[in-house]
Amino acid sequence: MTDVVFTNEMDEEMLLNMGPHHPSTHGVLRFIVQSDGEIIRKAVPDVGYLHRSIEKIGERCTYPGYMPYTDRVDYLAAMFANEVWAMACEKLMDIQVPPRAQYLRIISCELNRIASHFAISLGTTAMDVGAVTPFPYALREREYINDFIEELCGARLTYNYHRIGGVSFDMPKGWDDKVLKWVDHFERILDEWDRLITHNSIFVKRLANVAIISAEEAVDWGLVGPNLRASGVKWDLRKDDAYSAYANIDFDVPVGSGHYGTTGDCWDRFWLRVAECRESCKILRQAFEQIKKWPEDEIVGDLPKKMRPEGEAYARVESARGDMGCYVIGAGKEEPYRCRFRTGSFNAMSIIEYKSPGLFLADLVALIASLDVVAPEIDR
Amino acid sequence: MATNPTTGLDDRYTDDAGSVINTRVDQMVNWLLNWGRSNSVWYLLFGLACCAIELMQTGGPRADLERFGSAPRPSPRSSDLIIVAGTLTYKMALRVKRLFDQMSEPRYVISMGSCSNCGGLFQYAYSVCKGVDQIIPVDIYVPGCPPRPEALLEGLLKIQEKIKGEKYLQQRYGVAV
Amino acid sequence: MQPKEMFDVLAAHFGPEVIFDFHADPKKDKDPWFQVKPYEIEAVAEFLKTDARFAIDTLECLTGVDYPDKNHIAVVYHLYSYALRHRLVMKAFLPREDPAIPTVVNVWSVANWHERECYDLLGVLFEGHPDLRRLLLPDDWEGYPLRKDYAEKDEYHGIPTTRPNPLELFQLGKAPAKA
Repeated sequence: MTDVVFTNEMDEEMLLNMGPHHPSTHGVLRFIVQSDGEIIRKAVPDVGYLHRSIEKIGERCTYPGYMPYTDRVDYLAAMFANEVWAMACEKLMDIQVPPRAQYLRIISCELNRIASHFAISLGTTAMDVGAVTPFPYALREREYINDFIEELCGARLTYNYHRIGGVSFDMPKGWDDKVLKWVDHFERILDEWDRLITHNSIFVKRLANVAIISAEEAVDWGLVGPNLRASGVKWDLRKDDAYSAYANIDFDVPVGSGHYGTTGDCWDRFWLRVAECRESCKILRQAFEQIKKWPEDEIVGDLPKKMRPEGEAYARVESARGDMGCYVIGAGKEEPYRCRFRTGSFNAMSIIEYKSPGLFLADLVALIASLDVVAPEIDR
Repeated sequence: MATNPTTGLDDRYTDDAGSVINTRVDQMVNWLLNWGRSNSVWYLLFGLACCAIELMQTGGPRADLERFGSAPRPSPRSSDLIIVAGTLTYKMALRVKRLFDQMSEPRYVISMGSCSNCGGLFQYAYSVCKGVDQIIPVDIYVPGCPPRPEALLEGLLKIQEKIKGEKYLQQRYGVAV
Repeated sequence: MQPKEMFDVLAAHFGPEVIFDFHADPKKDKDPWFQVKPYEIEAVAEFLKTDARFAIDTLECLTGVDYPDKNHIAVVYHLYSYALRHRLVMKAFLPREDPAIPTVVNVWSVANWHERECYDLLGVLFEGHPDLRRLLLPDDWEGYPLRKDYAEKDEYHGIPTTRPNPLELFQLGKAPAKA
């Protein structure tokens, strides 16, 4: 994109309204776009259409009873939100999680990461850019994952699986063989996906060199997770600040390198999520191997009789959309005094206004899709 | 639409109409039109929250919504059915009304999931509208959190039954019975 | 750097009126924190970002907490450094009637939306913020919901805020009235 010079003669400006009901805004988001037809001068996001006051409700629920609400903080990566609430409460109340529960958490979270990255993020990015076919391909794989998680915990979308101190159910018999067989199949699907979409020349032309976010900008604007790694910053909470049993698992952290364009463009963010799916497959295999040496059914640690903690704690997990943090303050009662979720999509939305001048309208859609924003994380 | 005082439902359910065996011409025409209408109910993609993902999965490869003739439409002007999937907040409620008004009649509403049925688990939320039927009239309520794709398919089948039971000529063109 | 060390360096640099009140009780404060005088927050933030011993390059989370019994609102800053891998937690206590604090948007751009959300839900005014308006709630919403004394209104633009309990409405579970 060459430099665009805005002169005063160009006052055929229009104020377009994109959303909140729009097939490509990834949930109910609204953009007020000031453009001269095709090139955007400014795109201001308007959020809050899914503000469900989950944080205020936390002040009415008990600590364990709040778990279903954390599912709805990010319903596409619900396992991570469950885990971050469980970890914040465990840090606050000094509860140890048994190793088998840690591995079960890792397995369920990595399955959820694949479901979120592959089916929703990559599938909808392809759909937004114009390729409608890959989306049902991705949904087919997500159906398999939904089946597995349904066998594990009973629900397809809002799992409520983790508990403070561990998890709620152990693996059914024979479940690990099924999942491992599917992981073999899935890696072939990922290769097929790469041939079909990722290195497709039309797709590359649409996404490469669009909305480049440099590493300094990414850190300054608080981008986390795949968005940060695609800009070249090698930071993954599972490696650099290992929690749960990730310290025992060996995997790589892919970083964007500007393969088809510049580091930090939309294509890098897309490619990074495909690479992370591959890493998740590796993690799943190792977790299933390592869980065998821990006895079955020890899935919850020792819990206090009444959960009435005092104090505050901040826990973080590497969610599908980045580093999700949960800050909980307890005041000696059975309900928390304040719980706050810091989500990756919230920060990612704020950079869109900064990056939008000079983009085409179609590039704005590609930017929103590649940042993988979802409305519930922004609005909570 | 007249309401039956006992059941509170409207007359379309408790009347027998569109019966195939009856040889009256307008009932045959009704049956034909209703058959055509019910097998091509195009729905508006109105996914708001978690139920939207299950709506997408229902339109996906396994529980295929299109095999019933239901195609997803992005615009309200070209859709018969609005599936309100997800939590409705007050900020969004004003927009739902506008979208519903833009749909042309005959139009139907499925309220999918607990949040749009009655507010769901957000009863104590200050910003959640307790049910989409406070804004627009709902025909079918599909319970669940989120409802399984099979449950949504059942909801669609109920809409089809409802359509088949309508006296379409009378409603639309005022044809005397 | 450890939290106590960071606190000592900051207190030595800025003085005890600005940086004070270090809490590190292992039972209650799982992340040690200290208080910051509200009107000096910008200078402290600038120092934390530019000084090579701290190199705090990102604001992880900005939270507002309402304490009506102590009559103040706390704004909690969770800070992190990718370069040096250390964390820091600062709190600023603002008076409840008129909560105002300078913005740190010029230091960490991520604070832009976090501060807008804090304003929206708690009513804290961030002075110097380029665009302080409601973020999550509709523009004509009255009140600050996350405050403990927030009372929900009965209706919003004609939409009632409560739903009648179906058990009471349809008299379910009760014996039918004798004719």
